[in-house]
Amino acid sequence: MKSHLTFELNGEATETFCEPRQSLLEVLRDELKLTGSKEGCNNGNCGACSVLLDGRVVNSCIVFGLEAQGRKVTTIEGLAEGGTLHPLQQKFLEHAALQCGICTPGFLVAAKALLDVHPHPTEAQARAWLAGNLCRCTGYDKIIRAVLDAAPSASGGK
Amino acid sequence: MSAKTSGAKIGTYQVIGTRPIRHDGVEKVTGRALYGADLQMAGLLHGRVLRSPHAHARILSIDASAALSMPGVKAVVTTADFPGSGNRVADLGEGTIKVRDLCANVLAGEKALYRGHAIAGVAATTPQVASEALKRIRVEYEVLPPVMDVLEAMKPGAPILQPDLRTEDLGEKGSTPTNVAKHLRFEKGDIAQGFREAERIFEEEFKTSMVHQGYIEPHNGTALWNPGGELTIWTSTQGAFTVRDQVATMLDVPVSRVKVVPMEIGGGFGGKIPVYLEPVAALLSRKTGRPVKLLMDRTEVFEGTGPTPGTVIRVKMGARKDGRITAAQAWLAYEAGAFAGSPVVCGMMCIFAPYDVAHQLIDGYDVLLNKPKTAPYRAPGATSAAFATETVLDQISEWAGIDPMKIRRLNGAKEGTRRVDGLVYPRIGYLETVEAACGHPHWTADIEKLPSPQAHTVSTKAHRANLLHGRGVASGFWFNIGLKSSCMASVNPDGTVCLVEGSTDIGGTRTSVAMQLAEVLGISAEDVKPQVVDTNTVGYTDVTGGSRVTFATGLAAIEAARQIERQMIDRAAALWEVKPGDVEVSRGCYRLRAGGKSLTFKELSGKLSDCGGPVVTQVTVDADKHGVGCGFATHVVDVEVDADTGKVTILRYTATQDVGKAIHPAYVEGQIQGGVAQGIGWALNEEYYYDLQGRMQNSSFLDYRMPTALDLPMIEAVLVEVPNPGHPFGVRGVGEVPIVPPPAAIANAISRAIGTRLRTLPMSPARVLEAILKRSR
Ligand code: FES
Ligand code: FES
Repeated sequence: MKSHLTFELNGEATETFCEPRQSLLEVLRDELKLTGSKEGCNNGNCGACSVLLDGRVVNSCIVFGLEAQGRKVTTIEGLAEGGTLHPLQQKFLEHAALQCGICTPGFLVAAKALLDVHPHPTEAQARAWLAGNLCRCTGYDKIIRAVLDAAPSASGGK
Repeated sequence: MSAKTSGAKIGTYQVIGTRPIRHDGVEKVTGRALYGADLQMAGLLHGRVLRSPHAHARILSIDASAALSMPGVKAVVTTADFPGSGNRVADLGEGTIKVRDLCANVLAGEKALYRGHAIAGVAATTPQVASEALKRIRVEYEVLPPVMDVLEAMKPGAPILQPDLRTEDLGEKGSTPTNVAKHLRFEKGDIAQGFREAERIFEEEFKTSMVHQGYIEPHNGTALWNPGGELTIWTSTQGAFTVRDQVATMLDVPVSRVKVVPMEIGGGFGGKIPVYLEPVAALLSRKTGRPVKLLMDRTEVFEGTGPTPGTVIRVKMGARKDGRITAAQAWLAYEAGAFAGSPVVCGMMCIFAPYDVAHQLIDGYDVLLNKPKTAPYRAPGATSAAFATETVLDQISEWAGIDPMKIRRLNGAKEGTRRVDGLVYPRIGYLETVEAACGHPHWTADIEKLPSPQAHTVSTKAHRANLLHGRGVASGFWFNIGLKSSCMASVNPDGTVCLVEGSTDIGGTRTSVAMQLAEVLGISAEDVKPQVVDTNTVGYTDVTGGSRVTFATGLAAIEAARQIERQMIDRAAALWEVKPGDVEVSRGCYRLRAGGKSLTFKELSGKLSDCGGPVVTQVTVDADKHGVGCGFATHVVDVEVDADTGKVTILRYTATQDVGKAIHPAYVEGQIQGGVAQGIGWALNEEYYYDLQGRMQNSSFLDYRMPTALDLPMIEAVLVEVPNPGHPFGVRGVGEVPIVPPPAAIANAISRAIGTRLRTLPMSPARVLEAILKRSR
């Protein structure tokens, strides 16, 4: 039996049907065909599925889809605004902060959550906030640099 | 991140050495790039794989009737669905292999040989129904005792995995059942003489654990076998053509019936060269007539795909007090997993490769045991080998009282040194990496003054007295490979060039290959439009692996550019009604030699329809004929050991590497940083942890602990450029060697910190603490 789910997805009122057992990640990927959020482990250990739920970063693989009822969800597909890349996306490109790119959507979403709370993070803060996101390709060096470099433009110079 | 140039003269470049944004970048930062799991298709069925709960068991029967009667379940396949393989053998590029073994790893034959071994595949209307169906398949097992340790597996009387296996012992077949598939030997000089020349002989044993590549994207495979007999496979793979060839072999169909469409790939490091799901998806599709998609979960990736072997390595080295190594002997036993084929021969090639030692003897053993069949992992076999050699070298350096850099200078291999397997080095840059490490501020920095803010690693003051510091050095080698690559290029009227290639892009190679084409044609990197295509659309191309793509596919792109340039000269000549010899070109500008007329590449591109039509070319290269450049690296690491807990923290890391010529330096640095991070994980945390029944106990990312951002400092990559004479721009492969030195460098650093040596990986807190406690007793 599928249940009715309504929530705000990347700024748009969205409705769909899902099974109570389906995770938010499954709802996004399988029901709504938004495949930007990735599955790396399906048990909350890699961060590839990171999305914002009411502004807080969560692993969407361990949140039920129905938990999003009436709430706001932001995914990687909602990061760029009006055809312009988010400063984090731009800096990831400039710093070569991705290799295979499978972890990238999760890192960008988690990094956005970081900058929303700490507009000018230290390296240690960035490492701590991103410790829930695994990257096996980059050794994190360029990811951390990209995040720190994106901070000024992401905060609009504040 | 500095770039040093030495050796042969390098030209000045306009594109090479710059850092353009990668062509597939926007797709990947916006979540639009399609990886294998992202594929959607009308009428798609979802598959799951049933796996053995036992490490070693005879499969007595499989009864799928209950599963098949569930609503939504469409088909079940087992190994019996493979066409009779008889005793067919195939050569898929790495020597001949029994087709039966290939099939039996994908769906178990008479026996399940490791926990997680695939037994049956199910296709159903939803993934949930497929998962439910797995529980209804009844498999009757006769559980057999497993053998989980490489030394145990070699002993007479050990449980035998494959009753018909006989040791191939230095070319001769043995006569009794065994788990030892192969014994190989490399020899150079006279080992006894070498040890006679030594003033002291060091002999040590090292153990390393099985570790996984740990790519974040699990395996996937989707297949549609249409009623006309045409099979299409969509998958995330390191080599579309190797998938095609493996699948065609197992299913006994001509390769022309199989088209493989490479999806984006979320990491591989060697682990996405073998096929696991693709043939199962194909069999399920044949039975159902519908497309079938299979995905693994993380536990399946750990238990059911190929990690890199655990090893036991004994190294014996003789040295003189002046620091010269007189003899080097090694004995290597590598876990092959359930089927023959560990990378022991690579370990043998690499173990003493950075050093010029006159007398060497190396024996290697490929050993079966009840673990997954191993697969390549970044410089396969070399990391464990270097862990042994570089530790013993450090002991020699301490005994002789000679600085670790100096002892490498004294013994380092150079152009003309003959490697134990016969190759005489062309121009190589090993000693240059030692000089770069030695000249780097890290080497002379005061280790007690933490170099960079490490707020997250600094403990409380009271604790500080128990924080011990040490600096370690180690070098590493990887031979790199060439193999075959193809590409096509066509000029667009707006002056851009479409570049179509067969090398799947795992970390920016669309761009590093496109840049080489751009350099030759005198256009910008952005004006090349690279695309990775399916196996029907481009010529045969070997895997993305062996650090070969930027080198080998780059060679193909360079040749394509040269051919385009020749055609463009002809077109300019036709346009100006002169002979081609009257036209000259430099940096993308075509001129009449006599003067008066010139056209840029872009302008000429716009006029092609007036002077002969489109310009298109295709190229294939056998890169081994050009000369593969070996890779060398020397790493320096500072560690902090918490003497209370045994925890090791990496404080500072500097990796110098001969990269030949860095085409896109940012991605070269990225390869080095990523390899180092994996090496750090291998050194400190990662291992397959089994219980006595052979069940893996840590098959999740929570328990199989890979480094996070919080565990690592910045990793400084120093690019040393000693051009490879086998490539027009001097490119050497760069991806693999960076994983080789870290465990040894860290072990040497820990030894400096705590005054005693660890010779087992991983150097987990428990092991380090044990070493500290033993020392103080
Ligand atoms: S897929 Fe959700 S944390 Fe890994
Ligand atoms: S870029 Fe591959 S996992 Fe991060």
